[in-house]
Amino acid sequence: MIKKTVSGVVQALEGVQSGMTFMLGGFGLCGIPENAIAQLVKLGVEDITCISNNAGVDDFGLGLLLQKKQIKKMISSYVGENDEFERQMLSGELEVELTPQGTLAEKCRAAQAGFPAFYTPAGYGTEVAEGKETREFDGKMYVLEPAYKADFSFVKAWKGDEAGNLIFKGTARNFNPCMCGAATITVAEVEELVPAGTLDPNEIHIPGIFVQRIFQGENYEKRIEQRTVRQRA
Amino acid sequence: MLDKNGIAKRIAKEVKDGYYVNLGIGIPTLVANFVREDISVEFQSENGVLGMGPFPFEGEEDPDIINAGKQTITTLPGASFFDSATSFSMIRGQHVDLTILGAMEVAENGDIANWKIPGKMVKGMGGAMDLVASAENIIVAMMHTNKAGQSKLLERCTLPLTGVGCVKKIVTNLAVLEVTPDGFKLLERAPGVSTEEIVEATEGKLIVEGEIPEMNV
Repeated sequence: MIKKTVSGVVQALEGVQSGMTFMLGGFGLCGIPENAIAQLVKLGVEDITCISNNAGVDDFGLGLLLQKKQIKKMISSYVGENDEFERQMLSGELEVELTPQGTLAEKCRAAQAGFPAFYTPAGYGTEVAEGKETREFDGKMYVLEPAYKADFSFVKAWKGDEAGNLIFKGTARNFNPCMCGAATITVAEVEELVPAGTLDPNEIHIPGIFVQRIFQGENYEKRIEQRTVRQRA
Repeated sequence: MLDKNGIAKRIAKEVKDGYYVNLGIGIPTLVANFVREDISVEFQSENGVLGMGPFPFEGEEDPDIINAGKQTITTLPGASFFDSATSFSMIRGQHVDLTILGAMEVAENGDIANWKIPGKMVKGMGGAMDLVASAENIIVAMMHTNKAGQSKLLERCTLPLTGVGCVKKIVTNLAVLEVTPDGFKLLERAPGVSTEEIVEATEGKLIVEGEIPEMNV
């Protein structure tokens, strides 16, 4: 067994520097690497590029890094829940690259899987395709999208073991598996870290080969963005 | 004239037995409330769930189970969770049978604009560009005119496009229309709405052939 455990978030983020590009898992506030984000705030790294589907809310998730103006560029598909984000974007302080959600996921997966680029129909004929190579296959037009390159991937899983194997829960899975192994170093934080041999190999979502460092996360807040309920009859 | 629920109710008739359906945010979300109970349908949410159920009872919300609108949801028997790349494999690979989404503008050639108002609203396209570029069966749910009373069914879209030549059918508060190579074809009128009113509210080319039936909702 190749052991991937590190003692905590401090060791997990060793080597993180200003100017780097990070992938961060999560959809909205669901399944975000809360511990890694808190540590990035603490480290105070600046001029960072973040690849993340969303940009958090004003006071949580990536919003915490935006507050401190640590982010130079955001690559996201939807950023509508964050006023500070909008302010920085409109004032030109923050560079923003909006990418269709499926393309964003696939650009991560392509990096994970060793594809330099892929063709997708998403965005053809729109401003997203401007300046990009296009090609026709079977009468339909496609846009060439390159894989992402990143220094660190920060992902959050439900359970993980010493070997770096991961299991996700519910829709907290989202972009997290796609980002594993898609950067030079993948850091996984988990709600429950168990000894190797505890998890059933049949149930593993992401094999440990895609993960370089794993640690037991702490104090998960798991904030709900839109609490919607129905009344009992 | 239909209200938002009326539009959703009419669109629900387009949902057939055995369909996997992706519902956008807004009016499309309401469609789930009106689908016939004697047919089997599964709703996909692009953040990674198939077999979406109703909102949870109070106290049973799970922060790890949400839909693409970031709302807490439940799942139904037969449901599954998956990652974002798999989710868009379902969409891009045309495994999802029907996509229902809102729009700010639709053009007579099937172009759609629904993600950006330059200088005003720049929140991002989310999954909309992937959905419209790949779905074979797209229904747009929207009001026929905007708040200023201007037609949303145009000759050409004025806002940045989400996709080109992709919309097949439109259900508005006034009418059901099909996008044909010759323009918008009027199929049905909303209850109490005259053909003239629809002609008046449609800026793009509108094809009216014979007597237009009133829709059954």
